Amino acid sequence: MKGKWLDETFRAFAFFSTLIGILVLCLLLADVLKDGLPRLSWKFITSFPSRRAEEAGILPALVGSAMLLVLTALFAFPVGVAAGIYLEEYAPDNPFTRFIELNIANLAGVPSIIYGLLGLEIFVRAMRGITGGRSILSGALTMALLVLPVIIVSSREAIRAVPKSIREAGYALGATKWQVVRDQVLPVAMPGILTGTILALSRAIGESAPLITIGALTFIAFLPPLSLKALQSPFTVLPIQIFNWVSRPQEAFQANAAAAIIVLLLLLLSMNAAAIYLRNRFQQRLE
Amino acid sequence: MKGQRIKEKALEVIFALCASLSIFTTIGVIAVLLFESIAFFREIPISRFLTETQWTPLFAEKHFGIIVLASATFLTTAIAMAVALPFGLMAAVYMSEYASERARRIIKPSIEVLAGIPTVVYGYFALLFVTPLLKKLIPSISGFNALSAGIVMGIMIIPTVASLSEDALYAVPRSLREGAYALGASTRQVVTGIVIPAASSGILASFILGVARALGETMIVAIAAGQTPRLTLNPLVPVETMTAYIVQVSLGDVPTGSPEFRTIFAVGLTLFIMNLAFDLLSYHLARRQRRYRL
Repeated sequence: MKGKWLDETFRAFAFFSTLIGILVLCLLLADVLKDGLPRLSWKFITSFPSRRAEEAGILPALVGSAMLLVLTALFAFPVGVAAGIYLEEYAPDNPFTRFIELNIANLAGVPSIIYGLLGLEIFVRAMRGITGGRSILSGALTMALLVLPVIIVSSREAIRAVPKSIREAGYALGATKWQVVRDQVLPVAMPGILTGTILALSRAIGESAPLITIGALTFIAFLPPLSLKALQSPFTVLPIQIFNWVSRPQEAFQANAAAAIIVLLLLLLSMNAAAIYLRNRFQQRLE
Repeated sequence: MKGQRIKEKALEVIFALCASLSIFTTIGVIAVLLFESIAFFREIPISRFLTETQWTPLFAEKHFGIIVLASATFLTTAIAMAVALPFGLMAAVYMSEYASERARRIIKPSIEVLAGIPTVVYGYFALLFVTPLLKKLIPSISGFNALSAGIVMGIMIIPTVASLSEDALYAVPRSLREGAYALGASTRQVVTGIVIPAASSGILASFILGVARALGETMIVAIAAGQTPRLTLNPLVPVETMTAYIVQVSLGDVPTGSPEFRTIFAVGLTLFIMNLAFDLLSYHLARRQRRYRL
């Protein structure tokens, strides 16, 4: 009889363990919404930061996050997909290929702040002439390196899922390897690749540590110019703005942080929704 | 025809270069950390770095005892794993042994959501929700403390532990379970007596991967654990982890190239080595588990 009681407790604890994450998530959301919703307004989104909490807004951070997203995608997507194509379609099964694979797996585990130190030394200091130092370009290059392993791995999975018969049909018609990849494999694999890329980029949008290390500012009272010079201008992003506000003792600034968190989470939510939509379409197509 | 072949070859080379970028990144990380750390250790002997018991590089009287920052990192990591291991493992047990296939398909992604929340949001939660809550239970707790940061970090790591542990539990052959069930064992007895021992390498791998994540986690500890370097294992007072120190210096106005600034690379190198050791150990254990499956 005692055994039965133990069995039930064990089961209940296991069930509770699956719930605790969701429970905490609900608490977190409730807390953020309670603190942040009253502060959220159109003015908050379109204002510059200010020393007075009530007048402060997130415009430069939002613009910075958007620019960082686009630039990171621009760098990481082509390189990641090319690497994925190479490893799935071209690479011979030799020690060098396995070394690359091991490397990619290891890079995915390197703490993000270490990427920040790399970016600081290479992009901010060594390549100052091109990047303009502590600029959005340096930030995007650092972020691209950070998300590259994720994009490569998901590209490989999507490419691997393309049935062999599709490739063979292409070869049978006399197509070259590149023609098969371009015309047969990539179109089928693309939704899967895009899903993985969006998920990787949503990680970049939430990151702050490497950007702090390369010197993103916390107080930006202007927007970047509408020219190529914008790439070399100093920047801030939403997570850093949140970090800055949360670190202040005044409650009014903490409410600003909560409001900015709501915006950040909405941004992430819509990116994830896009990824799920693409994945579902992908699955239907393969079936 | 010849042009076509050159184009094919050129593309292959470009693709191969993109794939090898990962090697250059690794080399870059190691080179940058070593280069700056060696410059640092030329001025501050490595013996001081390893044996001093104070960390005050930004003060007039400088001490460089990495143990101060490392102890804070270990403290927050230990608290995080004390949360992530039991809940992560038990969530994995529920998914693999109790839940129906349909329930599993709902539970798994909803746990994964935790891994997608930006860490700065967790930091906010730790500082402004968990710490005030803890203050009601332990009135003596400071506004910044390792306990709150560690607990929240543990919740963040639950998906890592749950997902990898579940793979390991799931891979235990059905026949082992059925043998025990045939002898009249309950699910609890099967799990604790058969499945968990058989999957122990994989579970350990998930735990160690969780440790590696916790070591490198930055924003939660920078926000909620404080920026006071202190050699202590007391979870109720402010401390400063290795990552939080890097953030502190990056935000400050220490001139680049000064020995004070170079400390962040020496700290980064220490973090990188620790993280790599845990990652490789986890990889090795996970491989051992896979071999078992066959």
